[in-house]
Amino acid sequence: MFDWLDSLSGRFVFEVLGLHEESALGTALHFFVYDTVKIFILLLGIIYLVTLLRSYFPVEKARLYISGKHKLTGHVLAAIFGVITPFCSCSAIPLFLGFLQARIPLGVTFSYLISAPLGDAVVIALLLSLFGWKIALLYVLVGLLIAIVSGLIIGALKLEKEVLIEVKEIGDISYTSEELLFQHRAREAWEYTVDIFKKIYLYVLAGVGIGAFIHGYIPADFITHYAGGNAWYAPIVAVVMGIPMYSNAAGILPLVEVLSEKGMLLGTALSFMMAVVALSLPEALILKRVLSLKLISIFFGIVGFGILLVGYLFNAIL
Amino acid sequence: MKIEILGTGCSKCKALEEAVKQAVAQSGRFVQIEKVDDIQKIMDYAVMSTPALVIDGKVISAGKLLSVAEIAALIKAQ
Repeated sequence: MFDWLDSLSGRFVFEVLGLHEESALGTALHFFVYDTVKIFILLLGIIYLVTLLRSYFPVEKARLYISGKHKLTGHVLAAIFGVITPFCSCSAIPLFLGFLQARIPLGVTFSYLISAPLGDAVVIALLLSLFGWKIALLYVLVGLLIAIVSGLIIGALKLEKEVLIEVKEIGDISYTSEELLFQHRAREAWEYTVDIFKKIYLYVLAGVGIGAFIHGYIPADFITHYAGGNAWYAPIVAVVMGIPMYSNAAGILPLVEVLSEKGMLLGTALSFMMAVVALSLPEALILKRVLSLKLISIFFGIVGFGILLVGYLFNAIL
Repeated sequence: MKIEILGTGCSKCKALEEAVKQAVAQSGRFVQIEKVDDIQKIMDYAVMSTPALVIDGKVISAGKLLSVAEIAALIKAQ
């Protein structure tokens, strides 16, 4: 798909700049130009498409579908809707309470709340552009599984009293969709895409830059030997590192791509990405206003454990 | 007329409040503007995505950052 870009950036580096094809600088620079342009094109395209599609699935609609469903069906639906509805961690509270108001069980609500950030457009776009559609699909499926199982566990623990705010149940939930013109949706999706892109492009540049350096200058056995790519504790380090990160993760993934070519394991990379989006510190602080510390700790503990399992599983089978 | 901005302090909520102030200033009408931070009050409007815009007790939009022009049109329509 990107052969044209490969030869174009090759021509630029080797013919226009006159660098030698075998030299470390030439290889590094070729990689940098190619990877940056490729990632930027895919990021813009994928985030735009995902945002546009999501504008057709507002969360109010999802709530209507989920409420009143049988327990397991509820969990599965909640996890799936988490991926396809638009989500911003800044409205996690009204969303959370809105679900409870509609008498959706706490566990099902958590299935949604866990799956929603995992379906982050930036992460999906980066996984698609760096690791291909198979890994991206695997990521989404595993994310759904974690959301469903974690929600089931939280539901079984009967933690309803750990919600610190009184929820008034509403009898009739209804939803009337507002008809938006396609142009309107397209414009909003584009504005959103540009907004996100501005937040992450510098990190991507930095990540690809360091990646290009490693690509050109550092031999593969150095990474496996010294960076501990396949050490048993690597997924744990990845999950812990992922918790305080967000935008800067966009820069780490291109780096992980190079590292995985040179011996770091993919399960570790997936664990890291999931921890970045699903266990976010800012979101925990927001939820602290309506949930007890105990419930938030249980939530983080269960999801963190699930992510770790995924890391080890994929390190073992991929 | 009374315009309420519902939001728990995200950057979009502040941006919407600014846009409302500008739109009201442009309209030259007397409009009471209130920023609602209280979660309980926000829930009473049954809003699930913030920021939301409420005009005279009626939810006009949720989860969207409206432009100054769009808000001005809404004020005019009232």
